[in-house]
Amino acid sequence: MIYEGKRKIWSDYQKEIPDDHYFYVRSCIRQSFFPASEAAFLNITRNILGRDVFETEHHTTCGGIAYHSDTIPQETVMTIVARQFALMHKHGYENYVCSCITSFGVYIETLETWRTFPELEAKIADNLRKTCNLEFAKPRFVVHASDLIYKLREEIAAKAKYKLVNAKTGEPLKVVEHIGCHYSKMFPSKGVGGAEYPYVLTGMIEAWGGEIVDYPERRHCCGFGFRQYFIKGNRGYSLSNTHKKFESMEPYEPDFIITNCPGCPYFLDRWQYVIAESEGKTYGKDGHGIPVLTYEEVAGLVLGFDPWDLGLQTHQVAVEPLLDKLGIPYDKEKKFLGAGGKDLGRPALPSCLKCM
Amino acid sequence: MIDFGFHITPSGTLNLDDVDQKTVDTLSRADYGFRTCIACGSCTASCPAGVFSETSVRQAILSVLNGKDEKALRLLSSCMLCGKCLMVCPRGINTRHLILSLQKQFEG
Ligand code: SF4
Ligand code: SF4
Repeated sequence: MIYEGKRKIWSDYQKEIPDDHYFYVRSCIRQSFFPASEAAFLNITRNILGRDVFETEHHTTCGGIAYHSDTIPQETVMTIVARQFALMHKHGYENYVCSCITSFGVYIETLETWRTFPELEAKIADNLRKTCNLEFAKPRFVVHASDLIYKLREEIAAKAKYKLVNAKTGEPLKVVEHIGCHYSKMFPSKGVGGAEYPYVLTGMIEAWGGEIVDYPERRHCCGFGFRQYFIKGNRGYSLSNTHKKFESMEPYEPDFIITNCPGCPYFLDRWQYVIAESEGKTYGKDGHGIPVLTYEEVAGLVLGFDPWDLGLQTHQVAVEPLLDKLGIPYDKEKKFLGAGGKDLGRPALPSCLKCM
Repeated sequence: MIDFGFHITPSGTLNLDDVDQKTVDTLSRADYGFRTCIACGSCTASCPAGVFSETSVRQAILSVLNGKDEKALRLLSSCMLCGKCLMVCPRGINTRHLILSLQKQFEG
């Protein structure tokens, strides 16, 4: 990779990320896909790094999934967004941080739409007053949760128990970074590093000791694509996207993939099972897959959290080979124990993809 | 092996360097709609022949641009030249003229 060129692009696309005092909104699907990631984010920012991150149980989904599936009109989505912003204002915050990339795209698109069409903004403010009796307000800053972890990456590195290096050889681990399309492909100036080579996850990996893999289909979509997946007749397209990415990254033998979107880690992880079971192809070593982690999970591992407390047992692709490489200890017996030692049961094992 | 009811589709990657640009240029001179079409599909959605056959102006234009001339002709072989597509095109393309230009180019 021509590093100087990318550095130039990265320096052209820097955005202001406030250091503290955030209103946090969760994703509607991440808590079931990657159940401990958002808790890890709050734990890291609040308890380990001492930041003020507030959340309220009264916030809702952003409406993004319905919007991108063409099932609700844009004005409805914008009114939902206005309600979220109004809650932030009500609680005395002006920095807004969201867990989801789809939501981030929806918030940015809404703010840009209001900037371009002030009469629409006035109409949405009126909708908000009539439907929720809330005062209309806009945030000073909207950032994605990965932006904040990027901002705090050196503080995390300073407290790190593990580095992203092979514990036996001392070599940096090879990492594929995958950015959700709605992070900066729609509005490049709103993402750290722009659309072509976003720096947000690369910055984390570099700060924590790993090495980024540059491969031909690096900016290709994971394949979720909303309607591609939701309509079964189109699902082959979704799978084909993921397949294309894996075929492209395979020769570089990445140790793991880091992502910052709800859909991407889910599809990159689960489609490896479908590809293995339908085509007999696996992409990791010895019949394993390539582990796919969220940035909160990676930050948690670096900080020394227990892998099972980070929910890594809910991944399709086994993470144990990666943990062994990093030299992170784990208790095999506790893999399928939930909160309070409750037995979560054992999943059925695939016939082709090695999962233990 | 499990059949999930959906499959990996083969890559549709095209090498446009292999496409004979002369045909595209000649056709674009005959009707610039080949260049201004945004592939919205309004024409195809409104086409009465499309209900019973594979008639599709949108796909025919894309086929020409991708060097698949025979496919383009096939896609328009059941066109009745009714002109409905002309009325809905948001780019104001004279689709009837475009269709006739295409047929003239290949069928003489
Ligand atoms: S002119 Fe041909 S392609 Fe256009 S709507 Fe009529 S039949 Fe369909
Ligand atoms: S309606 Fe016009 S712009 Fe749309 S696909 Fe047809 S020819 Fe192209």
